[in-house]
Amino acid sequence: MIYNEEFETLPREALKALQIKRLQQVLQRVYHTIGFYKKSLDAAKIAPDDIKSIADMKKLPFITRQDLRDNYPFGLFSVPMSSIVRLHASSGTSGRSTVFGYTKRDIEIWSDLIARCLVAAGLTKNDIIHNAFGYGLFTGGLGLHYGAEKIGASVIPMSGGNAKRQIMILQDFGPTAICCTPSYALHLAEEGKAMGVDMKSLKLRVGIFGAEPWNKKMRDEIEKTFGITALDLFGLSEVIGPGIAMECIEGRNGMHIFEDHFIVETINPQTGEVLPEGSEGELVFTTLTKEANPLIRYRSGDVSRLITEPCRCGRSHVKMERVLKRSDDMLIIRGVNIFPSQVEAILVDIEGLKPNYQIIIDKVGALDSLELHVEASDKIFSDSGSVKELQKIEQRIVKDMKDYLGIAPRVKLVEPNTLQKAGAKVIDKRRF
Amino acid sequence: MKVEQISVFLENKPGTLEKATRVLKDANINIRTLSLAETADFGILRLIVNNVEKANKVLKDSGFQVSKTPVVAVEVPDKPGGLHSIMEVISKEGINVEYLYAFVEKSGQNAVIIFRFDAPEKAIDILMKHNFTVVPGKKLYEF
Repeated sequence: MIYNEEFETLPREALKALQIKRLQQVLQRVYHTIGFYKKSLDAAKIAPDDIKSIADMKKLPFITRQDLRDNYPFGLFSVPMSSIVRLHASSGTSGRSTVFGYTKRDIEIWSDLIARCLVAAGLTKNDIIHNAFGYGLFTGGLGLHYGAEKIGASVIPMSGGNAKRQIMILQDFGPTAICCTPSYALHLAEEGKAMGVDMKSLKLRVGIFGAEPWNKKMRDEIEKTFGITALDLFGLSEVIGPGIAMECIEGRNGMHIFEDHFIVETINPQTGEVLPEGSEGELVFTTLTKEANPLIRYRSGDVSRLITEPCRCGRSHVKMERVLKRSDDMLIIRGVNIFPSQVEAILVDIEGLKPNYQIIIDKVGALDSLELHVEASDKIFSDSGSVKELQKIEQRIVKDMKDYLGIAPRVKLVEPNTLQKAGAKVIDKRRF
Repeated sequence: MKVEQISVFLENKPGTLEKATRVLKDANINIRTLSLAETADFGILRLIVNNVEKANKVLKDSGFQVSKTPVVAVEVPDKPGGLHSIMEVISKEGINVEYLYAFVEKSGQNAVIIFRFDAPEKAIDILMKHNFTVVPGKKLYEF
């Protein structure tokens, strides 16, 4: 099924014409309303008028996550705050977090995109959708919510956590679809098993999963355990949130990128050179319709490959494979995006401390576990030498990590000068 | 009258305690008494030694995190009620004990209890007023 037949099946020629028209408009707008773009285009000696075709895009400079941080909180907004109706943000302390604004129209477009995703998964107003993506500053929960209401489905705003309660509601309310991270689905399955619930006996028919890397093996396991069809959803909070691309239930081979709203390019992450369609590379997104904070050539850091073959579902939009890896050091832990530099910033903020640290990520059951080893420096130990003080430091690190980054690590104090020698700041033992 | 205790941070893994005791042995340092506090992740080795400065230096030089903590040593007869007589006085004054450990003197007559109080100066005053034998550091190191 297709939600927006006209735009989702637009012949490619017409789609390209629409893209270039919208691109020219958005370039004019950002150039005249956002200082950052004026500066960066002027520096590259490019005027908005110079972009006459999609092929000309490669002349435009990139925007990176660092640029978003440098302009924290509202430096990249193209409209006054009176036109903003919603703010979302990534985790992180000041200057390391990124903020995303939405106008009323942005929310409408976003809801429309999610509606497309849900319909691509075969959902209608007769479905009950259990939405276990986090509600709050994270875009997952509210993004899915508005789209579910748009198609007239009944949405259960579960958010994350409280696994036992989730199982109870899955049994009692009988939702036909579930949305969450793939690892959380597996976690729910484990909890259900411990509670003696046969997940296959639930009314669930479809699962829509995203916000973290996964693979075919996890997908097969989810489908088998729940007796559902599991589909892939792609989004980036910087670009709009979930709803940039969605796998269709008919094709089940890659996610359609909604090209009437986004232009996607594949680049070599080292050189920035644009690669031919179908090559593996870092995906770069340009928003064509976003009003509040449009992005021109945003380097996502996600490495994937585009699929240009026509799809049996009838959509004309190009597809992307599931994200293969990151081109930077971003970690995705339980669906939360974390950079080692953010962890370091938190440690440094704890009473002038600048210890060496190591992040160790593993799986405990279905869920990611985060362990943080911190060297017990002179500063930590010699002032007190007491167990109580050291445990206070440990608790403080756990709390600050939870407050700023949304994830509580297990903290282990280790002997000085042991981590530097060990080298790597991050050890990821998970297998995808 | 206070006694200096050496506190050493130990990561909770095989071999760390062995390394610390080897450093002390090689420096010819005698341990008078000790206690080991442990949590899930780390431990703190608390030592009363015959040469505080030297122990502090050799442990630091070997890469250990070391701190010196003031503690109070009290001598009581090694018989029932010995520790209790101290606790009675201390609790009446509202002084808190963070931790303690003890050893019996070579003669076998007396026990020495090492206290970490939240208010060591006040505790010493009170104990001396009540005629307890507070052992000075110098004497304890040379026991």
